[in-house]
Amino acid sequence: MSATITLARIVAALVLALCGVMPYLAPAVGEPFLIGLFARSMIWGIAALSLNLILGYGGMVSFGHAVYLGVASYTIGIFAFHGVTDAWIQWPVALGISAFVAFIFGAISLRTRGVYFIMITLALSQMFYYLARSAEMYGSDDGLTISRRSDLGISWLNLNNRVTLYYVIFVCLLLSLFILWRIVNSRFGMVIRGIKSNETRMEGIGIATYRYKLAAFVIAGTMCGLAGILEANFEKFVSPDTLNWPRSGEMIFMIVLGGMGSLFGPVIGAVVYWLLQDVLSDITEYWQIIFGPLLILIVLFARGGIVGVLNGKRRDA
Amino acid sequence: MPNALLTIDNLRKTFGALIATDGVSLGVETGEIHAIIGPNGAGKTTLIHQLAGMMGSDSGRVIFEGHDISALAAPARVRRGLVRSFQITSILKDFTALDNVALAIQAEQGHSFRFWGNAYADRNLRDPALALLEEVGLGARAHVRAGVLAHGEQRQLEIAMALATRPKMLLLDEPMAGMGAEESARMTAYLASLKGRITMLLIEHDMDAVFALADRITVLVYGRAIATGTPDVIRADAEVRRAYLGDA
Ligand SMILES: Nc1ncnc2c1ncn2[C@@H]1O[C@H](COP(=O)(O)OP(=O)(O)OP(=O)(O)O)[C@@H](O)[C@H]1O
Ligand SMILES: [Mg+2]
Repeated sequence: MSATITLARIVAALVLALCGVMPYLAPAVGEPFLIGLFARSMIWGIAALSLNLILGYGGMVSFGHAVYLGVASYTIGIFAFHGVTDAWIQWPVALGISAFVAFIFGAISLRTRGVYFIMITLALSQMFYYLARSAEMYGSDDGLTISRRSDLGISWLNLNNRVTLYYVIFVCLLLSLFILWRIVNSRFGMVIRGIKSNETRMEGIGIATYRYKLAAFVIAGTMCGLAGILEANFEKFVSPDTLNWPRSGEMIFMIVLGGMGSLFGPVIGAVVYWLLQDVLSDITEYWQIIFGPLLILIVLFARGGIVGVLNGKRRDA
Repeated sequence: MPNALLTIDNLRKTFGALIATDGVSLGVETGEIHAIIGPNGAGKTTLIHQLAGMMGSDSGRVIFEGHDISALAAPARVRRGLVRSFQITSILKDFTALDNVALAIQAEQGHSFRFWGNAYADRNLRDPALALLEEVGLGARAHVRAGVLAHGEQRQLEIAMALATRPKMLLLDEPMAGMGAEESARMTAYLASLKGRITMLLIEHDMDAVFALADRITVLVYGRAIATGTPDVIRADAEVRRAYLGDA
């Protein structure tokens, strides 16, 4: 919590700075594709950040997290499909739907523990996956192409401009980091961490844990919905795979890679994940064959992920 | 029992064929320290679980301050002032000692749906938490991670957390468990200093502590309360001596 300068914080600042200058740096070094890679990393970074609230700080392993991203993306897509592109209508509705779905998921799954909890989040996400696949009007298996991006109604904030869109994503990332930083250090955040550490003890000091876990679910789901809104605008496409459970698995990868329960860990993890995928997929089409063992090594030898290694095993970043 | 703060009415709990709590009835008066003694496996911890609401009862009632709280969940009982400690130390191991107590104080101050202010810099939490740690003799260890505290220190922290919730009544499950003689004596003196302010149901194997602290003692054997009385009466009770104190 103290404001000391640690290696992990320097690296985090560097990564954020890189994100901030990439639209200018990438063309200058002759690798313009890096702009897209970083934009995608930041979107995934927001999603992973939000999952980290319940997974890293709260100790709840949810495989349903991608659903909140997916339903927000679909909301944007379906609005656009019907000709509504006003962001001031689209975005609040998308966030509201993500929050509501997270509430339902939480209300059902948080009554169980351990393996059952994981299984229920999996089952719920499968439901949404099949729902999306069966939505013929919106492309079923083929997915839904989004013909027009959200319209913020501000002339200098036109999302069709690549650089503008990039910086909207960047600002959303900074905003998410700031909000999460406040939350994890607040009284609410203390309770969430306490539940991860020893839930029985929390009940023993008079805290009814269920409602706090549920609130954390809704906050995380809403923040993940923001990532979904951005992704819809970035990819101009959404498909059932967007909300299927392997996507939640990828988010968990990023968190473990970057550092569970550290503020910046998921963002670092997301950037490294996409860079690694880019580098490894140049070597082989089956890049997961290299990535899988790498993750196992990290879990075995570097529990705190990249942030943990940088800190020499100190937990907090 | 007109003055009873806690009334246990015919409480039962079975695990399969094993009767862990066998129709226990008992009243604890306001301000009293009521000890429960009994051999290993007598059902003492089970009784605490039931009273604290962490384990359901097969039948019987728990009445606290005149209200039937049998149906209340554990956190709700704590907020009414009925607070337990754990035989097997239960603390937040990756929190500092100070954060452990601060969190318990936070719980006592009402709901924690406060998302913005920095709890680590909140004087309303930190100051009373530090004061309490000093009171139990852990002041110098406030910023040490609870998981690396010595066993005796963890036991002190366990008690500090329970006290931080401002209980009317404490259910203490072997607070001296695993402590050395000196630590035990210090804890006994500390509990004695709370006497009168906080009513206690004290489970303890350390007979020096029990006879020093208790106003009344109940002997539990195979889930049954076989005798209740003042320390002198219990010491003299033939059945108790046979069942528990080890006389032939
Ligand atoms: N969850 C459980 N499931 C099955 N049996 C249990 C359970 N908890 C306790 N028991 C059994 O109930 C009996 C009473 O256990 P309990 O822990 O209450 O005893 P105790 O008086 O606290 O003993 P000790 O002095 O060793 O702490 C024991 O025989 C124990 O094995
Ligand atoms: Mg016991």
